[in-house]
Amino acid sequence: MNSIWPQLPALQIVIPLLGAVLVAFLRRGSLAFLVTLAVSWLMPFISAALLWQTMTTGPISYHLGGWPPPIGIEYRIDVLGGFVLLLVSGVSAFMIPFARQSVEREIHPSKHAWFYCMYLLCFTGLLGITVTGDAFNAFVFLEISSLATYTMIALGHDRRALLAAFQYLIIGTIGATFYVIGVGFLYLITGTLNLADLATRLIPAAVENPPAVYAALAFITVGISLKLALFPLHTWLPNAYAYAPSFVTVFLSATATKVAIYLLVRYFFSVFGVAIDFRALPVTEIMIALSLAAMFIASIVAVYETNVKRMLAYSSVAQIGYITLGIGLANQAGLTGGLTHLFNHAIMKAALFLAIGAVVYRIGSCKLDDLSGIGRKMPFTMIAFAIAGFGLIGTPGTAGFISKWYLALGALDHGWWFLVALIVVSSMIAVVYVGRVLEVVWFRPTGPNLKDAKDPPFLMMMPIIAFAVATVYFGFDTRLTAGISETVAKTLIGGMR
Amino acid sequence: MTASFLLQPSLILIAGGIFLPFLPMRARNFALLTLPLLALYFIWQLPDGISLKAKFAGYELAITKADALSRLFATIFAIMAFAGAMFALNQERTAELAAAFIYAGSAIGVTFAGDLITVFVFWELMAIGSTLVLVSAGRGAYGSALRYAAIHFFGGVLLMAGIAGEIAATGSIAFNKMALDSFPRVLILAGFLLNAGAPPLSAWLPDAYPESSWSGMVFLSAFTTKTAVYVLLRGFPGTELLIYVGLFMVFYGIIYAILENDMRRILAYSIVNQVGFMVTGIGIGSEIALNGAAAHAFTHIIYKALLLMSAGSVLYMTGKRKCTDLGGLFRTMPLTAICGIIGALSISSFPLTSGFVSKSMISDGAASAQLAFVWFMLAAASAGVFLHAGIKFPWFVFFQKDSGLRPSEPPLNMKLAMIFFAFLCIAIGIWPEPLYALLPFKVNYVPYTASHVVFYLQLLLFSGLAFFLMLGWLKRTMTITLDTDWFWRGGGRRFMKRLDIAAGDAWNRLEKWSRDRARDFARLLRTHHGPAGLLSRSTPTGAMAFWTTVMLAAYLILSQF
Repeated sequence: MNSIWPQLPALQIVIPLLGAVLVAFLRRGSLAFLVTLAVSWLMPFISAALLWQTMTTGPISYHLGGWPPPIGIEYRIDVLGGFVLLLVSGVSAFMIPFARQSVEREIHPSKHAWFYCMYLLCFTGLLGITVTGDAFNAFVFLEISSLATYTMIALGHDRRALLAAFQYLIIGTIGATFYVIGVGFLYLITGTLNLADLATRLIPAAVENPPAVYAALAFITVGISLKLALFPLHTWLPNAYAYAPSFVTVFLSATATKVAIYLLVRYFFSVFGVAIDFRALPVTEIMIALSLAAMFIASIVAVYETNVKRMLAYSSVAQIGYITLGIGLANQAGLTGGLTHLFNHAIMKAALFLAIGAVVYRIGSCKLDDLSGIGRKMPFTMIAFAIAGFGLIGTPGTAGFISKWYLALGALDHGWWFLVALIVVSSMIAVVYVGRVLEVVWFRPTGPNLKDAKDPPFLMMMPIIAFAVATVYFGFDTRLTAGISETVAKTLIGGMR
Repeated sequence: MTASFLLQPSLILIAGGIFLPFLPMRARNFALLTLPLLALYFIWQLPDGISLKAKFAGYELAITKADALSRLFATIFAIMAFAGAMFALNQERTAELAAAFIYAGSAIGVTFAGDLITVFVFWELMAIGSTLVLVSAGRGAYGSALRYAAIHFFGGVLLMAGIAGEIAATGSIAFNKMALDSFPRVLILAGFLLNAGAPPLSAWLPDAYPESSWSGMVFLSAFTTKTAVYVLLRGFPGTELLIYVGLFMVFYGIIYAILENDMRRILAYSIVNQVGFMVTGIGIGSEIALNGAAAHAFTHIIYKALLLMSAGSVLYMTGKRKCTDLGGLFRTMPLTAICGIIGALSISSFPLTSGFVSKSMISDGAASAQLAFVWFMLAAASAGVFLHAGIKFPWFVFFQKDSGLRPSEPPLNMKLAMIFFAFLCIAIGIWPEPLYALLPFKVNYVPYTASHVVFYLQLLLFSGLAFFLMLGWLKRTMTITLDTDWFWRGGGRRFMKRLDIAAGDAWNRLEKWSRDRARDFARLLRTHHGPAGLLSRSTPTGAMAFWTTVMLAAYLILSQF
C-alpha cells in the first residue's frame, strides 16, 4: 500500500485510460459495462485519498516519468483539484449503474463497447485536466475528453444528434484553438508551460509586455468560456444535451462543464491572478454581466421550452451563470458560492437529467405534452425530480439554497444590493420553469400514452434517489461543499495580487 | 446533524406522514399504528439535556433538549397520535392522516425544541399540518380552513417578530422562562396565546375544528392548544396576566357551549374552557398550580379526544351533528354512549376519573396562593363545565327524545380506541401516582381527601339538578351563536363590499392596465425567448463562431484600456 500511495495521481489517469483500451478490445457490451463499472467505482477512492492528502499535508506534486518541473510534466493537486476530482469521480460512480439499461435502450448493440470506451476516454480527459499542472498537457486532456464527447453525442438516437455533435465539434475546436493560442502567447512570453512556474515568470513579463499578457488572457478566457458554455457562447449546448443519449447528457452536465469551470478558475486565480492585478481589468465585470445575462435569458428561454431535456439544458446555462457570477465577484464569499454551486449543481442536474432519462427509458419521449400525469405512474422518479427541482430554485433545506446564500453574501461584500435582488428574481424564474413541469406531471390527468409507464428498474432508480437525497443532504451538511470551497477560496483569493 | 438525525422523535412521525400517501392500504394502517409507538419509544430513550445541536446562521440550535416537562407532553402527544390513528383507520382520505401525522410530529418537535428558532420552525409546521387536516375534510371546510390558516399565520408572524426582537435584544436564542418586561416578549406571549385560543381571537377554534372530518377533529383537539400550554408553561409561568386571560377563557367557553346546538361545536367551546383552566394554573405559577396545569393538559387530551371520538362515531354512523337532530342513540350505540359518558364525567372532574385528580390541583394551587377570587371562580366554573359538557353533551345526543335514528355501533377499531381512552380516564382517576411521577415538580398531593370528594360531589350534583330543572331553557333550537368571528366572517365581508364599490372602478382600471402591460411583456419575452425566438433557436455554426469572435474582440479591446 505504501508504494502505491505516491503513485495515486498517475493512477487516477492511467486506470481509466487502460480501462478504455481494455473495453475497446473486449468488444462485448456487457463485459465492457462491467469494466467501466469497476473503474468508475474505484476512482472515487483514489480521489478521496488525494483530497484527504491535500487537506492534511498540502498540495501534491507528482513528476511524470521522474522529470522535475518545469522541464517535465508535473501533476499538481491542491485542495481545489482534489475537490473537483472527487466531484467528477464521485458523481460518475453514483450515476454509472444507470448506464447499462439506458444505453441498451438507446444505442445500437454493436456500438455498446465503443460507447463505454468513449465514456472512459472522456472520463480520463476530465480527470486529466484536473490533475495536471501543465498548460499544454491540459490542452491534450481537453482534446481527449472533447473528441470522446463528440462521439458520444453523435451516438444519440435522434438524427439531430449528428448535427448537434458536428456543431459542437466545430465550436469546441475553435475553443480549443483559442485556448492553445493563449497558451502559445504565454509560452512566448515566459518560456514555460508549467502553471506554477508560469505564474511566477509572468510577474516581470506583465510589466514589460502587458498587451501580450492581456491577449493571452483574452484567448484563454474565451476558449474556456466556449467549453463551459458561458452565455452567449452556449449555443452548442442545448442541442447537444437534448439529442445526446440520456446517460451522456447526465454525465456531461454534471462533469464536463464543471471541469471547464475548474480550468477557468485555475487560470484566473492561480496564474493570472497571481501575476497581474486582475481585478483592475474589465474581465470580472464582463464575467458578471454575461453571468447575469445567462441567469435571466437562459432561464426565460427555459420557461418557454417544450422539450424537458432542452429546458434542463437551458437551465444548465443559467446555473452556470451562477457559478461564473461567483468567479466574477472574485471575493471570498462569492468564490465560495461559485465553487459550492459547482458541486451542488452537478448533483441536482444529475438527479434531474437522470429522472428525465428514466422517463425516456419508459415512454421514449421527453416532450412536456407527453408527460401529463406521469407523476402518478412514476411516483419515485418524479418525487426525485421535484426535490432536485426545488434545489434548482434554491429552496431552503436544499443544496441550491446554500450556494445562492454564499453568492448573495459575496454580492453584499461588494455592497451590490441590486445583485442580491437579481439573484432572487432569477430564482423566481426557476420557480416558473420547474413549476411548469411539476404542474404537468402531477396535476394533469394521466395521458393514454402512459398506460405502461412505471418507475424504472432498480439499478436505474437507485442513482436517481441517491442524487435527490444528496440534494437535501447537502442542504444541511455543508462541510464537504461550502466547507472545502471556503478553504479553497481563502487560498485562491489570498494568493491574488 | 449526522448520525443523531433520528434522535428528534418528531421526525419519525413527520417523515412517516410524508410517506403515508405512497403506501398501500394495509401497509398504511400498519404504519399508522406502529409509528406513534416507535416515536414513544424514542421519546423515552432521550437523555436529559441537549442531545442534538446544529449550527444555523451563526447560532447554536438546540434541536433536541429533553426534560421532565417536555417528556410529559411528548408522551401524551405520542399516545394521542396512536389512539387517534387507531380511531381513524377507516378514514379513506389518506391525505388527512398524513397531515395529522406531520401535525402530531411537529407538536412533539415543539416539546423538544431547546431554542426559539427551532420552536418557531416546528410551530409553523404545526400550523401547516393542522390546516391540511382541515382542508382534507372536503369542500365544506375550505372557508374555515382559510380563516384558520390566516389567523394562525398571523400568530406565526407575531411570534416571529417577537423572537427576532428577543434575539436582537438579548443575543441569545435560548428558550427559557421569560419575564414579561419587553415588547418582543409581549409579542411572543401573544403568538403563544393565540394558539391557546385566548381572547380576543378565541373564535378561530369553534369556527374551524367542527368543520373537520369525523376523525380530523380528534387530532385537532389535542395538539395546537396543548402545545401552546406547553410553551406557556416553559416560557411564562407565573405571569399574572395569564390568570385573568385563563378565567376569561373558562367562562367564555362555558357560556357559548351552553348556547350552542352543534355537538361538536359544544366540545370545541369546551376546549377553550378547559385550556382556560390550564392557563389560569400557569398564571398562578406555584409548583402545585404548574403541576396541575401540566397534569390537566395530559388528562384533558385523553378525555377530550374520548368525547370527540364518541361524537365522531355518532357523526360517522349518522352523518348528523346538531343536538336538535340527535337523541335517543343510547339504545343502539350503548358502548359509544358509555364511553362518551366516561369522557363527560372526566371533563366534569367527577371523583374516580382523570379530570378530578388534575383539575383539583389547579384549584388547590389557587387556594394555597391565597387567591380567593380565583378559587371561587374556578369552583363556579367547575359546576359550569358539568352543565355544558358533562351532562349536556351525553343528554342531548344519547338520551333526550327519540330522534328515530337507529345507527349501529361504529367499527371495531373505533370501539377499541374509545375503550382504550375510557380505560385511561378511569385508571388515572383511580391510580394517579404514575401520572404524578411524570410531572415536572415533585408531587405530594392527595386528591382523595374526604373534603375534596364531598365538595366536588355536592357541586356536581347541584349543577346536575340545576340542569334538569332548567331543561326547558336549555332545550336547543336551530340557532347559531354570534361570536367575535362575526367580525372576520360577516363584518369583514360587508366592510369589503363597501370598499369594493368605492375602489372597484380604480381597481378595474389598474387591473386592465397591468394586464395589458403584462400581456405585452409576455409577448415580447416570447418573441425573443420562445421556441422560435432569437435566443432559443438552434443557431447556425457560423453564427456561433461569430459570437465567439465578438467575445474575443471585446476582451482584447477592453483589456487594452
